[in-house]
Amino acid sequence: MSYEEVIFYFVAALTVSGALGVVLARNIVHCALFLILALLAVAGVFILLSAEFLAIVQVLIYGGAVTILILFAMMLTRVRDLPQAVDGPQRPFAALAAGAFMGLSILAAVSTEWPGETEEITLVPFRDLSESLFRNWAAPFEIASLVLLVALIGAIILARGEEGE
Amino acid sequence: MIPIQNFLVLSSILFSLGIYGVLARRSAVLILMSVELMLQAVSINFIAFAVYLSPEQFTGLIFAIFVITVAAAEVGLALAIVLRIYRNKATANVDEVDALKW
Repeated sequence: MSYEEVIFYFVAALTVSGALGVVLARNIVHCALFLILALLAVAGVFILLSAEFLAIVQVLIYGGAVTILILFAMMLTRVRDLPQAVDGPQRPFAALAAGAFMGLSILAAVSTEWPGETEEITLVPFRDLSESLFRNWAAPFEIASLVLLVALIGAIILARGEEGE
Repeated sequence: MIPIQNFLVLSSILFSLGIYGVLARRSAVLILMSVELMLQAVSINFIAFAVYLSPEQFTGLIFAIFVITVAAAEVGLALAIVLRIYRNKATANVDEVDALKW
């Protein structure tokens, strides 16, 4: 087993254990902390895929902004006052559905012969990636900024509430 | 060299755990966190396919960037909605938000 694979299995184990913590932990704040672990481990997976830029974005946006936002929402909705039972009665059905999906997709991923697979991963150059983003994908990029603006305004209006309330 | 199947299996496991969380949890915030896990699985898939199958094009990587952008917008809006529900009904439990139920 090469050292690359050892690192992959380590990072994958971190990711999966973090995700298991998110869906199984009883304490909801622990869930959020496990989510941080899972998201940072996914950044490690991105580095193994030689997508450095995505890994940086992942750490900045998910490791920083999104988790802080979720912790804020927990604080404001006082979820700790809720009874500890955070799971619904549909738990066995959920486990069945998730297990069936996992089995099917793993089977499909392993049994498919992927065409045009490269022999060696090359590092994704920042320069080419940004050229592609700002030349070929400039219009979607602008639309994405519009989406962010609309989400910003919408979140402020929703969270602030109506006048005279 | 890690085979592409390893990444696909990892993202399958991550996505299935997200499905389990969305279906089994009752707190709206926890459901959102499970949705985040599913989005992460999708991003891993996009990047793996981009890097392994068409390394001279960056379509998958660009798509992953857009997935992250839209996920950030989605989290902000969804948490604002959860806050609003909490203010109106004093709960973040999705089982108790049943005003549209027959």
